[in-house]
Amino acid sequence: MSDIDTKMDGNIILTSIDKILNWGRAGSPWAMGFGLACCAIEMMATGASHFDLDRIGMFFRPSPRQSDVMIVAGTVTLKMASRLVRLYEQMPDPKYVISMGSCSNCGGPYWQYGYHVLKGVDQVVPVDVYVPGCPPRPEALIYGIYELKKKIMKEQHLSKRA
Amino acid sequence: MTEKEIFERLLEKFKDAIGEFNEEVIQPFATIKAAEVEKVCTYLRDNEAFEFDWLSNLSAVHYPHSEEEQAEQKEDELEVVYHLYSFKHNHKMILKTRVPVSNPKIPSVAMLWRTADWHEREAYDLLGVEFTDHPDLRRILLPEDWEGFPLRKDYVTPQTYNNMTVPYPEEKGDLHDE
Amino acid sequence: MMSETVQILSDNIELEQSPLHTDEMTLNMGPQHPSTHGVLRVILKTDGEIIKDAKPFIGYLHRCFEKHAENVQWQMVIPFTDRMDYLASMNNNFGYVIGVEKLMCIEVNERVEYLRIITAELNRIASHLIALGTYGLDIGAFTPFLHMFREREHILDLFEEICGARLLYNFMWVGGLSHDAPDGWAQKVLEFCDYFDPKVKDYNDLLSFNKIFIERTADVGVIPPEVGISYGVSGPSLRGSGVDFDLRKNESYSVYDRFEFNTAVGEGLKGTVGDCWDRYWVRILEMEESIKIIRQAVKDLPDGDVKEKIPKIVKVPKGEIYQRTETPRGELGYFIVSEGDKVPYRVKVRSPAFCNLSVLQAIAPGVMIADLVAIIGSLDIVLGEIDR
Repeated sequence: MSDIDTKMDGNIILTSIDKILNWGRAGSPWAMGFGLACCAIEMMATGASHFDLDRIGMFFRPSPRQSDVMIVAGTVTLKMASRLVRLYEQMPDPKYVISMGSCSNCGGPYWQYGYHVLKGVDQVVPVDVYVPGCPPRPEALIYGIYELKKKIMKEQHLSKRA
Repeated sequence: MTEKEIFERLLEKFKDAIGEFNEEVIQPFATIKAAEVEKVCTYLRDNEAFEFDWLSNLSAVHYPHSEEEQAEQKEDELEVVYHLYSFKHNHKMILKTRVPVSNPKIPSVAMLWRTADWHEREAYDLLGVEFTDHPDLRRILLPEDWEGFPLRKDYVTPQTYNNMTVPYPEEKGDLHDE
Repeated sequence: MMSETVQILSDNIELEQSPLHTDEMTLNMGPQHPSTHGVLRVILKTDGEIIKDAKPFIGYLHRCFEKHAENVQWQMVIPFTDRMDYLASMNNNFGYVIGVEKLMCIEVNERVEYLRIITAELNRIASHLIALGTYGLDIGAFTPFLHMFREREHILDLFEEICGARLLYNFMWVGGLSHDAPDGWAQKVLEFCDYFDPKVKDYNDLLSFNKIFIERTADVGVIPPEVGISYGVSGPSLRGSGVDFDLRKNESYSVYDRFEFNTAVGEGLKGTVGDCWDRYWVRILEMEESIKIIRQAVKDLPDGDVKEKIPKIVKVPKGEIYQRTETPRGELGYFIVSEGDKVPYRVKVRSPAFCNLSVLQAIAPGVMIADLVAIIGSLDIVLGEIDR
């Protein structure tokens, strides 16, 4: 509870609706692991016992209907892109996308002659955090997830920003 | 048996379906006429002296001709290479056949070795070789509505596919020298 | 002969005549699925729970490897080969590099050969650990998955020491290696071997002889040897059906003929020969054999310079070659065509998982949907290699 101000000791907390909602959302981002290629193996290794993801509050749900974050791990091809958009639309709000790895950031090593590779998943879905690497180390992915949490903590629900 | 002996036995049996034998290369191969592929392969698979029950690989290669050769009316060709192996006799054989790009039809061997089913679909998908009598010849790796055969040497990448930009977009950052 | 076997398989589907009229259902095991080991789509036609037809659809990860190989230089193709079968990158590099060296008539020195074999076998163990861990996960056992990934982290630490990367190494270059083993690395490898031996017993206790696991995998998805050979199945999937064929022994490449190891073959210990349990058991035995090879190789590791034969400019003379090697999935073949340029003319990859997956159409009819998950897991497919 350290990121919420407490004015009086014990049973009363004074905070804003924004903060409490953001704290809840950032505390347990459930991921739909959309493991496509090599980055999926690093994602699995991050979720395994050496670099645990459970302590951050994240664990993998097989269904898009029950998840908050879609981690796009791996190359997105043109054939797969329409299915990816469909899965993104099946996720309920609020939803976030982490683009993991070079291939989903910008096409990766296949940028030059890949006729079937989508050069960056941000052409079809809005991305919140980009994690570079080929494949990114588990520490890099965990850093990316922390950046996503920071981004969620800054959200404002009540005031409409211009 | 060595490849040379296999070639000689094939020449005796099939005479003009078999082309030449090249043994100055690291892995000797024999060429056969495209229309006779299925007969020769059935013989190689079923005869007890050979028993080639394992089709390692079926690949297609595109050989376009240069402009002078085109002036002599030599057409662009697609070459299909078969790598065969026998578990029982522990011998190998390589067969090659060529077809012109304007009429790329070869009889299918999918019913002889079931692995050829998917290999031929891939050769059709990426290079456009048509296998007659194939049980289900359609695209396997690329989407069904893709146009063109990407591994041909004269293929041009399309600009868009289903409203997605295919080549690397200029405004993403600078393109370093390739 | 072939048609008889297919007839036998389809005769085994005896469906009871039910008094209610039932229709056939078409189900889609879509590209995003927790147990398809990647982006594989299978369209099932089922009669209730029993499958009548299973058609795999692939191509969702087609990354145009062959087009890249025709446009980049010979040594630049190696990182692309890493990414095809991303679980066993060392083995992928191995096949390509041996093929090109044969075309260029380069003979590498002994230290390079030994280090190549040590890293290839370590990668084989790492790949089998993932295959078995995720197989247990599909069947429902979560703990072996965590144990196997913990062992795998030790192997990845060793790889990180030698070449800097955890998953995709670009380690084997044409004519040598990218980095030499640092001091003390060989000793650490031996310590890992000592650490790993008792772990295999742990896996046997947790998973292999577990009654539930045996019920789910024994007698399920039997691949008769003739069907396997006709469909091009290779590697542990074919050896599980009793066919004693291993490219490291039958068509030895590099210096594998100097080491003593056995070929693991399935014998139907818990069910029929060629069922899912046999394929799983062959992989466990192969991990033990790999440890034997690594111990022998490290003991005799010679000195030398790993970069002495690397050519400054890789220019391959005109020629063609088909080079096949044994990866954790089976026979990986590279058909390399060179026209004497700085870039290859054509590189065709014969991937083992491509052929292993095609056998699904033959063995799926007659099993239940949950068994299909067990069969796909036991074939150990990697979509990066299937789609290239």
